Amino acid sequence: MPERNEDIPDHNDPLRNIQPTDSDHLDYVGQQGLAVEQETLIEPDPVKREQARSLWGDAWRDLRKRPTFIISALLILLLIVIAIWPGLFTNADPRAANLTQDYLRKPDYTDFFGAGWFGYDGQGRSIYARVLYGARASITVGICVTLAVTVLGGLAGMVSGYFGGWTDSVISRIIDIFFGIPLLLGALVLLNAFSVRTVWSVVIALAFLGWTQLARVMRGSVITVKQSDYVVAGRALGAGTGRLMFRHILPNAVAPVIVVATIALGGYITAEATLSFLGIGLQDPTISWGVDISSAQKVIRQAPFALFFPAAALSVTVLAFIMLGDAVRDALDPKLR
Amino acid sequence: MTANGATPLGATTPEEVAFAQDVPRGEPILEVRDLLKHFPLTKGVLFKKQVGAVKAVDGVSFDLMQGETLGIVGESGCGKSTLAKVLMNLEPATAGSVKYKGEEISRLSGAALKAVRRNIQMVFQDPYTSLNPRMTVGDIIGEPFEIHPEVAPKGDRRKAVQDLLDVVGLNPEYINRYPHQFSGGQRQRIGIARGLALKPEVIICDEPVSALDVSVQAQVINLLEKLQGEFNLSYMFIAHDLSIVRHISDRVGVMYLGRMVEIGSDLEIYEHATHPYTQALLSAVPVPDPAAREHRDRIVLTGDVPSPANPPSGCRFRTRCWKAQEKCAREDPALTVRDWLEGRARHDSACHFAGERDNLI
Amino acid sequence: MTTAADQARTAREEPFTGPLLDVKDLHVEFKTREGVAKAVNGVNYTVSAGETLAVLGESGSGKSVTAQAIMGILDMPPASIPQGEILFRGRDMLKMSKDERRRIRGQKIAMIFQDALSSLNPVLPVGYQLGEMYRKHRGDNRKDAKAKAVELMDRVRIPAAKERVNDYPHQFSGGMRQRIMIAMALALEPDLIIADEPTTALDVTVQAQVMDLLAELQAEYHMGLILITHDLGVVADVADKIAVMYAGRIVETAPVHELYARPAHPYTRGLLDSIPRLDQKGQELFAIKGLPPNLLRIPPGCAFNPRCPRAQDVCRQKVPPLEQVTADDGTPLPGRRSACFFWKETLRDG
Repeated sequence: MPERNEDIPDHNDPLRNIQPTDSDHLDYVGQQGLAVEQETLIEPDPVKREQARSLWGDAWRDLRKRPTFIISALLILLLIVIAIWPGLFTNADPRAANLTQDYLRKPDYTDFFGAGWFGYDGQGRSIYARVLYGARASITVGICVTLAVTVLGGLAGMVSGYFGGWTDSVISRIIDIFFGIPLLLGALVLLNAFSVRTVWSVVIALAFLGWTQLARVMRGSVITVKQSDYVVAGRALGAGTGRLMFRHILPNAVAPVIVVATIALGGYITAEATLSFLGIGLQDPTISWGVDISSAQKVIRQAPFALFFPAAALSVTVLAFIMLGDAVRDALDPKLR
Repeated sequence: MTANGATPLGATTPEEVAFAQDVPRGEPILEVRDLLKHFPLTKGVLFKKQVGAVKAVDGVSFDLMQGETLGIVGESGCGKSTLAKVLMNLEPATAGSVKYKGEEISRLSGAALKAVRRNIQMVFQDPYTSLNPRMTVGDIIGEPFEIHPEVAPKGDRRKAVQDLLDVVGLNPEYINRYPHQFSGGQRQRIGIARGLALKPEVIICDEPVSALDVSVQAQVINLLEKLQGEFNLSYMFIAHDLSIVRHISDRVGVMYLGRMVEIGSDLEIYEHATHPYTQALLSAVPVPDPAAREHRDRIVLTGDVPSPANPPSGCRFRTRCWKAQEKCAREDPALTVRDWLEGRARHDSACHFAGERDNLI
Repeated sequence: MTTAADQARTAREEPFTGPLLDVKDLHVEFKTREGVAKAVNGVNYTVSAGETLAVLGESGSGKSVTAQAIMGILDMPPASIPQGEILFRGRDMLKMSKDERRRIRGQKIAMIFQDALSSLNPVLPVGYQLGEMYRKHRGDNRKDAKAKAVELMDRVRIPAAKERVNDYPHQFSGGMRQRIMIAMALALEPDLIIADEPTTALDVTVQAQVMDLLAELQAEYHMGLILITHDLGVVADVADKIAVMYAGRIVETAPVHELYARPAHPYTRGLLDSIPRLDQKGQELFAIKGLPPNLLRIPPGCAFNPRCPRAQDVCRQKVPPLEQVTADDGTPLPGRRSACFFWKETLRDG
């Protein structure tokens, strides 16, 4: 039926009546007073009224109490600081190949924050310094790709979901085509086209192939929100397309996109490392965990630590972002718990 | 005009004459003629082919008078909510005409449509979904002013919003709160305030109280009645609860499967129904007083409402009607006054065998 | 030592004389972000075989939560039952093992929900879903189970049951789906059926059909029936007695006719008065002032006191007990109880 019928309040939901929090004891009587409600003035609740809270505010209050959020947020904060100012944590030069040192010298675990803490790699470079400096490439790729796909995919999904019809058909088919391309294979082909591969070429390649995931999420979300009564109410008031899209639909449709994007961020970091490992991502002299993992595998028997530390850094980073995404999802939609 | 208000031709007793004067005799503010809304049923993914249509509204005509309340009742699938959407220009009409004060509005777009929207507003059924959860109450009620800046100058808007909150019985200090901080009844008041903001002349209420608790329903009905007097509003009041519709309506139209089957003043419909479907609806109304039920003639209809994609030929109610004859399958009964009816039974009814029946309520 | 199963067997064999279901001082709480919501605060009611109890209340009154607690389908957490007993044939179901509980739930107590469409599996034919009851609980083979499914569909008067047994839920109308739900509940001939708003989602002309069917089958099988509803009109025909709930408590119980004729609690009075009546046309409707209470902060004393026209100081201080209601000469009125300090006045003025 294209028609909305007599929907009945859900009497099965015991929590429905718990929703209104602080305003329900007070039924206001205006100066123009309704005759019936003249008597409805009930003593205002003595409990001190807290300021108005938005749903985002609620989510934030909820997040602050979650250990997963606190741990992952602190970790990510630390990672970002490292990415921006790696020099704060070490004096060693990550590119200084010191072959006079013992080739593949084992870590000196007592040398806290020193060049030799995590040992030296096959070219005699400080692994500790390289792990710190490698964060920049990974975090940059992760954040930039995520931003790009969120904007690109979000826009495409929004347009597709909102306008429907032919627009939707065309965009959806394009999304389908992109979905058919495996990320790594696609990136491999694309990156081969760049003569010099920098962080930015990796970002462009991954964003170009990755926007479809976000576009799908956004499209589905927009289609659901588009049908809600408040959007219809906006149309009934005469609101234009822009207002409907950005005032009514976007704020309500964006939550799942943010969740997926946060979780995907970890995936992009992995993808960068994988590409670099395969030799088609970043190259020396750019410092990246993927590059280091790649070069460490040649000496894995003699120096497993050369593989372990960049790999651990990568895992911790990806885990932190996935945990953050999980916490954000739980906070934005308690029903998913 | 067959679809016009009461037809007090048979008004003979003083009581009936007096009653005829009760009916608002204002000018029609909304004239609806032969309105059609078909939703195409399509097959195929890329190359869509129409294979049929859901005839949600299929030839509906009526007038809404200035200052009156026209109740529309019917079961789910009868097309009453679609009718509201078409009148609001939220869905384009397939055919037919809707005139607001004599001006055709069903084909408008752009600025002209926006101008008409100021005069016809809507109150939605579900107060839990009809308010944007990311906007404050002030933003929600103030939005009409942002869309139609000519209604209230920028500096006055906050004041205007607070006045509206006051009018619907909410504390103006709640302006910065979010919808989820209110209960269902309070949210519905916010929805009503939003509908009033543009000072419309017509408000279409689509099941405005059916999502509310019984003890809160009466408060909202009273508010709607108070506002009608204060702002000289005309209401189209869509509901499935017949007792509430009777309370608030001056006239009542009964819909079945996309058609208006009977329309008349509240007395004509509730006490002198002549269409079998109206009679069945009335007799099915649950009456809380068991004593009153003892001598009540209950009509229990068999079967369900047929699909609006494939309605029966002739009279659409004939598949469930105890009066159905061969003629009903052949001829589509017109919504008109039958010659043999007398007194208050003389009102528009779409039945070949229209006639009263006793003890329904 | 006897096992739980043995106990269950003896309980079944011995003729049990007390009420079928006896809910005693039941409390249910929900943990929410904002605090503990007290959904049920000491509910007592009994249902005997062949009896229909209507539980009337608005959303948040605790009527559905009580039913879910009886069925054992509450999500715990967030829900918890800090206090109370639910005696089924004299045995406390809250103390039973999970297995035993589940056996009773399937075979002895059945539930009918408001929304039949979401209660049926959309990808299986209705006949299969009905037959599943027999296959799972009675060990019948496919063919027998299907034959019994057709018989059941006949019983709930689904036309052309034989032809429709392989249809899917979406091919049935709302009324027919609700009949299928009733059939499913009846399949194992339970002792007690709990119907939670069984006709609320249906159209008026179909409501009557379904309600009649339910009442008829209940009489035929001599079952106990708990009918949960917010609609005063729906229950009037079929219920024997009514319990009115407000903020997790029963505020009044009475035989149907007497409740409508002379309510003994101001809340019931208000509910009855807020139904539009003929002679009120053109007047303002009577409305209970204020809003239903927030379950996180139920007002002290009688929960209804902020909305009550009769409220005195005592109502704000003490919780009124559910007391026997008597006639003017002091003889107790059978089955009538009211949780109002001023039930005498309410009864008199009604």
